[in-house]
Amino acid sequence: MLDSKEYSLILSPRHRLFDLHLQEAFRHRDLIFLFVKRDFVAAYKQTVFGPLWFFINPILTTLIFTVIFGDLAGLPTLDAAGGAAIPGFLFYMAGNICWGLFSSTLTSSSNAFRSNAGLMSKVYYPRIISPVASALSHLITFGLQLAMFFVLYAFVFFTGRGELVFTWRVLMIPLIALQIMFLSVGCGILISSVTTKYRDLNMLVGLFVRFWQYATPIMYGLSLVSEKNSRLLKVYMLNPMTPIVTFFRYSAFGSGYFSLAYYLISWAITLAVLLLGLIMFSRIERSFVDTI
Amino acid sequence: MNKKPLTEPPIIKIDHVSKEYRLGAIGGTTLRDEMRRRKAERRHEADPTARIGYTGGAYGERFLALDDVSFEIRKGERIGIIGHNGAGKTTLLKLISQITAPTKGEIGINGRVASMLEVGTGFHGELTGRENVYLNGSILGMSKKEIDDKIEQIIDFSEIREFIDTPVKRYSSGMFVKLAFSVAAHLDAEILIMDEVLAVGDVDFQKKCIAKIKEISYSRHRTILYVSHNIASIRSLCSRCVVLEKGKLIYDGDVEQAISLYTGKQGLSRQEISFGSTDRSCFATDGKVRLQSLRFTDDVSSCFAYGQTIRAELSFLAEGTLKNLFFRLPVFTDSGTRVGTIHTQILPCVVPGSHRLMLTFSFEQLLPGKYSFWIIARSDSLADPAYDHDVVANAVVFEITAPDSTPLLPGGYYAGWGPILFPEAAAEDFADEKI
Repeated sequence: MLDSKEYSLILSPRHRLFDLHLQEAFRHRDLIFLFVKRDFVAAYKQTVFGPLWFFINPILTTLIFTVIFGDLAGLPTLDAAGGAAIPGFLFYMAGNICWGLFSSTLTSSSNAFRSNAGLMSKVYYPRIISPVASALSHLITFGLQLAMFFVLYAFVFFTGRGELVFTWRVLMIPLIALQIMFLSVGCGILISSVTTKYRDLNMLVGLFVRFWQYATPIMYGLSLVSEKNSRLLKVYMLNPMTPIVTFFRYSAFGSGYFSLAYYLISWAITLAVLLLGLIMFSRIERSFVDTI
Repeated sequence: MNKKPLTEPPIIKIDHVSKEYRLGAIGGTTLRDEMRRRKAERRHEADPTARIGYTGGAYGERFLALDDVSFEIRKGERIGIIGHNGAGKTTLLKLISQITAPTKGEIGINGRVASMLEVGTGFHGELTGRENVYLNGSILGMSKKEIDDKIEQIIDFSEIREFIDTPVKRYSSGMFVKLAFSVAAHLDAEILIMDEVLAVGDVDFQKKCIAKIKEISYSRHRTILYVSHNIASIRSLCSRCVVLEKGKLIYDGDVEQAISLYTGKQGLSRQEISFGSTDRSCFATDGKVRLQSLRFTDDVSSCFAYGQTIRAELSFLAEGTLKNLFFRLPVFTDSGTRVGTIHTQILPCVVPGSHRLMLTFSFEQLLPGKYSFWIIARSDSLADPAYDHDVVANAVVFEITAPDSTPLLPGGYYAGWGPILFPEAAAEDFADEKI
């Protein structure tokens, strides 16, 4: 046994339950920044529209949602029955940018080990940096899309095309974004810790994310569920993303659905998933190189 | 070894470290087996998924890449780690640089480790050279400020200033390597770990890198761990060598000793090469001579300095009385081209029985590189011109190393100049009119 007083760092087979090298990660903050920059710069090199794709993607998706789910399927774009009428396009865009942040962060952090395997097998840096950096770059994308959302919002607001009520609750949006990040990174690293060994689960991630989207009021308003079956609603609200998305719309549009109890449950689930994810991640990060 | 005061702990201490891998079964385990194994582990029973009584290297077999390795490294030492492929060199470096954890034992480290296990780790093709210097530098552990301070030096060192703002995907592989080297050469952690990184790139640039790393080590008292198969670079860089063989540490100490141990065909007994079991079936020989062994009298047996005189003792068995016996040593490059042939003096009369012959020869004019020679026993008699007495193909594989001080060819040498360096030609300027 080596004396821990004599050495600044001791590498051993044993492992502490919750050892994420957060201090070290902080010392590597330049690296986080460079990873984020790399993701951005590299993604839009040799494209004609460049960063415009940040906007084109959600606009097209929202357009499709508006036509298919709103106009053709006639799904309600209301969270609470009898609430204020929100223009469908704006309603879907609110859901889409939230879901976009969630699903892209989840997918990229669930690939954190595999997509960086080449790098991680050659050099050491605190592994948590990879999912954090990818989450941050998705957060920046979210920020840009949020700005676009508010431009459209202002247009609707000032032309009086919908019953929007501007409240100071919009200031809650950063908190909502933070929660989405926590939840998606938590789920992502949990998946990544398991999939380094059992690749099977990785095949299911795409499917899993899509199912989760159906179970979240993105393509329809919450009123679709709440009006039909109040017992189903109780289960439905346990999906941590549901209170997040409805709270986002409640904050932005000034009307809709909000239940503090469900919101707190959602936070509790978020933190539990994040904690579990971090524990699993720290368990696997020391030797995943051997199994990948 | 020089003793440091006991109060100062070593900068790295490797304490009974082992690393186990499962052959072929890289993560390829089923959930069901995994659960059974876990269950047995909890009850302290034997692994139910392990094969019983099977010790061969089959799929799923446990394999020790490192087996109970212990040594200490003091501050400022330049340690060379040598060993054949699969000896565990890279595994050791991966453990020290925290890429993976040991299975047993502990490693204590005092200081910041920067490891270069690959040239250009994390380089991104779409980014420019300059952006990649920042990215690669940060990955290797430099802070942005450090890189800001060194970026000009790095660019100068890389010799590709004019392309520094071009995406690296447009670089030639040489330019890419030079830039990546330059970043590595400017790393300034207390402990630098390098795996074969200097083995690529052109010769002059390699020398420049080694010189730079030496300078860092001397002037700032940095500790270096260096793995390479390139004996010349080990010799010029390292102050101490560790030899690994099949995961075990077999030697720790003097560089030359370690090199001769490593270059030996059969590990320790390299000084003597035995031909007893060498296959001669593809040669038409009359069997009147049986070559037995060649023993080099100097320490180094397969690594000779340019122009060095070599003394070796050749043992052979004569089956009958032989007239005018001599030996031929044809020399080949490592690509199989015959370079030339050494002949021994003719022995007028050899009586039956075993003999020992002291050979003194040199490969003068043979440029640095990897070569081999054969040994052919033959008689200079017209009676049986078709037969050699005995032939040993590829009897000795050796390397000629360049002198450290003076370059052999002005402007550097390349394999393309051929293996022989002829004596320098005189060149006199005898023009009448001076302008």
